Amino acid sequence: MKVTRRQFVKGGVTAFTVSMAAPAFLSDIARAQGASRRNLVVLYLSGGNDALSTLIPYTDPFYYSRRPTLAVPAANVLQVGADKSGKALGLHPRLTGLRQIFDAGDLAIIQRTGYPNSSRSHFLGTDIWSTANPANSTGTGWLGRYLDALPDPVDPLVGWNTVRELPHSLEGRKVGVPSIPSVAGYAFSSPNTGAEATYSRATMANIASHVPVDRPHVAFVNGTSMAALATLDRVASVASYTGTVAYANNGLAQALKAVGGAISRGIGTKVFWVQTGGFDTHAGQGTNQANGSYSNLMGTVGDSLLSFYNDMRNQGLLQDTLVLQFSEFGRRVIENGSTGTDHGAAGVMMALGGGVNGGLYGSAASLNPNNADGSLENSGNDVRYETDFRGVYARVLDQWLGADSIPILGGNFRNSALSFL
Amino acid sequence: MQLFNTTALREHLLRRAGFGLTSAERDHYQQGSYTEIVDELVGFDPAATDVDHLIQQSGQVGVTSRNGVFTPNIVINDARQRWLFRMVHTPAPLQEKMALFWHHHFATAYSKLAGTFGATEGARMMDAKPSTDTAGVRGQIELFRQMGMGRFRDLLVEVAKDPAMIVWLDGRTNFKAQPQENFGRELMELFTFGIGHYVEADVYAAARTFTGWNLTLLGTRDTPTARYAFNYNAAQHDVAAKTFTFAIYANGSKTIPARAAASGMQDGIDLIDALAHHPETARRLARRLWTWFVSDVEAPDDAWVENIAGIYLSNDTQIRPVMRAVFLSTHFRSSSRHFNRYAWPVEYVVRAMKEVGYVGFSVNDTLTPMLNMGQQLYEPPDVNGWALGSAWFSTGSMLARMNFASALVTNQRFELRNASRASKATPEQLYEFVAGRLTLSTIPAPVRTALLDYVRAGGTWTGSEAQLLSKTGGLFHLLVGSGEFQFV
Repeated sequence: MKVTRRQFVKGGVTAFTVSMAAPAFLSDIARAQGASRRNLVVLYLSGGNDALSTLIPYTDPFYYSRRPTLAVPAANVLQVGADKSGKALGLHPRLTGLRQIFDAGDLAIIQRTGYPNSSRSHFLGTDIWSTANPANSTGTGWLGRYLDALPDPVDPLVGWNTVRELPHSLEGRKVGVPSIPSVAGYAFSSPNTGAEATYSRATMANIASHVPVDRPHVAFVNGTSMAALATLDRVASVASYTGTVAYANNGLAQALKAVGGAISRGIGTKVFWVQTGGFDTHAGQGTNQANGSYSNLMGTVGDSLLSFYNDMRNQGLLQDTLVLQFSEFGRRVIENGSTGTDHGAAGVMMALGGGVNGGLYGSAASLNPNNADGSLENSGNDVRYETDFRGVYARVLDQWLGADSIPILGGNFRNSALSFL
Repeated sequence: MQLFNTTALREHLLRRAGFGLTSAERDHYQQGSYTEIVDELVGFDPAATDVDHLIQQSGQVGVTSRNGVFTPNIVINDARQRWLFRMVHTPAPLQEKMALFWHHHFATAYSKLAGTFGATEGARMMDAKPSTDTAGVRGQIELFRQMGMGRFRDLLVEVAKDPAMIVWLDGRTNFKAQPQENFGRELMELFTFGIGHYVEADVYAAARTFTGWNLTLLGTRDTPTARYAFNYNAAQHDVAAKTFTFAIYANGSKTIPARAAASGMQDGIDLIDALAHHPETARRLARRLWTWFVSDVEAPDDAWVENIAGIYLSNDTQIRPVMRAVFLSTHFRSSSRHFNRYAWPVEYVVRAMKEVGYVGFSVNDTLTPMLNMGQQLYEPPDVNGWALGSAWFSTGSMLARMNFASALVTNQRFELRNASRASKATPEQLYEFVAGRLTLSTIPAPVRTALLDYVRAGGTWTGSEAQLLSKTGGLFHLLVGSGEFQFV
């Protein structure tokens, strides 16, 4: 498997190949010769991830008394040490992939992330996380604003959404982000062949270039068509990507494979969006069963991220890659009558990549319903946020993307405790 | 009055209240005044609109059977085909349009039903037709077809009892010891007055209100006769009083009184009554109707919303007079609002079939393209429905639209070539033939010029059969794939 040719050529080294089994240090040397080309992969777990089943306070007696069927036995969790408050924590048993990355020092877990008066609505909650504005969540998305702030001209593939619907986070005023749920399907067909098909594509681009000033919505659609036609050939180059590792045949893993392909081929994308659903676990959450729904969710997330991590590492691209995971809220501390959990408040975020200072950030809640430390809210039923999620965004914008977080987030949310980057 | 009765206005009405026009429908809707057409559209009898007997008959759009059978009551992709067939051929387009509107409003996804009770039961709960189901099951979308123009209050009651909804929002696990909040929350947040008019305590109270609204298994489990039906389980109803932050009763009382468990189902009816008649529900529905029928590129007009909300309230939540008022309003009719709503994928594909042609084309071949455009019937992304307006459009979904246009035109190209022969004399005549077959907004001059250049590209225009075949199809593809055609 070749390391991307572009990097070696840039570094003055040619005709040099690295096998799949190359030790990490060799890849890192290769990487050091390449240009810095950082990218951000945002992973959204949709539906409201049950943070307490992801990062488990397995020595808190109230975790067991308040979740009689959903609590994961201490013996089964994947221990990751203790947080700054001394609370022992462990990952869900199916997160073996993340445990491996954690042990390599490339995974930061940020506990109790959220904001004041957390919304229990999926839609309002998602809008707040998307706009980074709890007071008014109808405007542009935080990533859209980041892309809007890039100097012109902005490449149409500067952002890459791997799901069909454009997420609110990527909505900007200026920069349109393509949705590419299937790399192979991202092609232009014509009722005719040969020269006639060529005329069709050229004419479609020609009529899309018309910008009716009195009809901005038509202009918007035409702009979308133009961007589609202008990016076809580059996206097609990703379709043949196989990767240095096997990616599982599920939506998340295949999306991460496409992201890996785009990074490996040097497409130039700065922000990728990947998403996986099923986290609205009101009933039959199945945290302990081998094939329980939550176990499967964790397996999908952990295994897919490990494939991606290894693929990027093998190609010396890990230092350029940052995965940032979030969900719209955490879930209720106490389990409900249907062995599920209802909508809650603070959640858990993760950052993964070669540039990440791995470890546990923040402190776990005390799950005693009469807790005195203020780590719960809603009469002791929900986890109260400790770290404003906008502080995490600020860190990523300032320290990773080299942007200025203050205008993008509409305020100074910098938080020096968030030293994961 | 001239403006009031133009062909353009009639086409506008049929794109919004329906799915565009076949050439036969163009003739039909030239008859009578605009008001008479509106009355015909809103006045349909839901029991007299069945076109299913035309499925797989000649002259209609095709459906694709699998292994020789077409079973839309129990196979979801067959159900999708049947719904699309009805959209193309129904004599009451507003019936299907309102069913789609309510499908978005009460967005329920098949995948959860199938994951709970299996694919057969999931499809049946979604859209079974009672007259062809051995146990007479009425699927959720069929409920919308039957009751979508009646009282919203009655529709809400039926939705709360609808098996698909009970599975979708976890009513099955709403027990008095541990109320399940999902339905109670969405009833207020999404189905009626919306965020800002209730607090978290109301969600808890609403969850308790609907405790015991559950399903029961009829027939024998795992046999062909097994069906799930609504059942009020009094033993699981929380009988204590429930107090809200808004009035439940006409006397201003905010408390649903404690009731005996046997009559506790009335709690939910009382809450639905209050929510359905709440002025903020009226306004929210009016705003949604604006976005759906009038414009999604302009914010709802306040005076219009107040007027429509008033009609809704003064007609005891009847939808039919509301829809009549929507279509007769000057805001709706204004030519400035023609072609200023983004076409949903399902609207786009059905309109394309109706205007380009469909004989020999199967609605089955719209399913994957629609998925790539971002819309799968019976599978909204979440209970909030689909993201509308410009959110439909990304480079990937736009390619899916262009490519669907290509596939449809490729399928129809001989028919289109034959129809275009009379217009083969010049590129201009050919262009006018193609543009005239579609209900288009005014095509800007530079676009028209580019399309004429396309006809001339590759050699002198002679109007030969080969040229007609490639260029007629090519023009349809380009126009149906153009930005102009993405609006209804």
